[in-house]
Amino acid sequence: MSDVTVEAMEGKLVTNQLPTGAIVGESPLHHSDLASIAKKGPQQGGVHFHERKLKGLLTLRCAPSAEQLSLIESLLGVALPMEPLTSVTTDAVSVRWMSPDEWLIIVAGEKAFELETRFQEKLIGHYALVNISGGTTIFDVSGSHVVDMLKKSTPVDLHPSEFPVGKVVSTVFAKSGATICRLADDKFELVVRRSFADYLWLWIQDASREYGLVVKA
Amino acid sequence: MFHIYCPHCCEYREEEEFHAAGQSHIARPLDPDACTDKEWGEFMYFRANPRGIHHELWVHAAGCRKYFNITRDTQTYEIKEVYKVGEKPTVVANAIQSK
Repeated sequence: MSDVTVEAMEGKLVTNQLPTGAIVGESPLHHSDLASIAKKGPQQGGVHFHERKLKGLLTLRCAPSAEQLSLIESLLGVALPMEPLTSVTTDAVSVRWMSPDEWLIIVAGEKAFELETRFQEKLIGHYALVNISGGTTIFDVSGSHVVDMLKKSTPVDLHPSEFPVGKVVSTVFAKSGATICRLADDKFELVVRRSFADYLWLWIQDASREYGLVVKA
Repeated sequence: MFHIYCPHCCEYREEEEFHAAGQSHIARPLDPDACTDKEWGEFMYFRANPRGIHHELWVHAAGCRKYFNITRDTQTYEIKEVYKVGEKPTVVANAIQSK
């Protein structure tokens, strides 16, 4: 337990899950050495892949009252997206609607503990905030053929009229699952389970082969 | 394949995102200790298997992970209605209307 900071506050326990000292945090695709592939691999192609690794992901669950909503807005800097399948993205924080009482909050890796601590200090009422950073990773996929690649992987309708920028869905993805958010016309964010990351990386390589896959560091 | 409307996500999704969770509207006996073995056994194990209108509980397993009800015709597989847990169905079969 010497590697983690544990602070008890009024009976609540917040743990800094980031490794410190001699321990180096490794993403689930560490073994793939994406940095080398990005340098040596193809630089042209229809699908671009980037692992946005070691981010801070927090799951917020609550049926927010008006008071909680304003507190959460002041804590996050943005209002919770209350409409189904919507999201908010800023430079500092992304919030994804997951279900009527669940949101996914994405911040920089080193900010998760601080945000969690501030929630525990400030937010009142019935809620749960869980750090899921260690169990998930984020793939950013983009490029002119990214929709073609995704069509092989998920049954969700990706046409811009059905899936506009900012929309977020949790769905089946290549027999696994993913939370898909459209960041731009040809750019998507996939939040996937850590244990499926290697499988999905292999899948995406295979599904992108005919369009050419470019790995971005 | 079903094309199922999720009342929480407010849109149609493919069936593979969902799981059926059996018959809906099964009331748990308020005092299990006071049940006879027959009453408890019927609550635990016996389910309706109608030909026609059937109310089923489904879960949007790969999506919002919420449960909701579907009224389905077991003969034609047609989904007549989707409604949230706690709401009453508007499409009901005559045979089970008395329940």
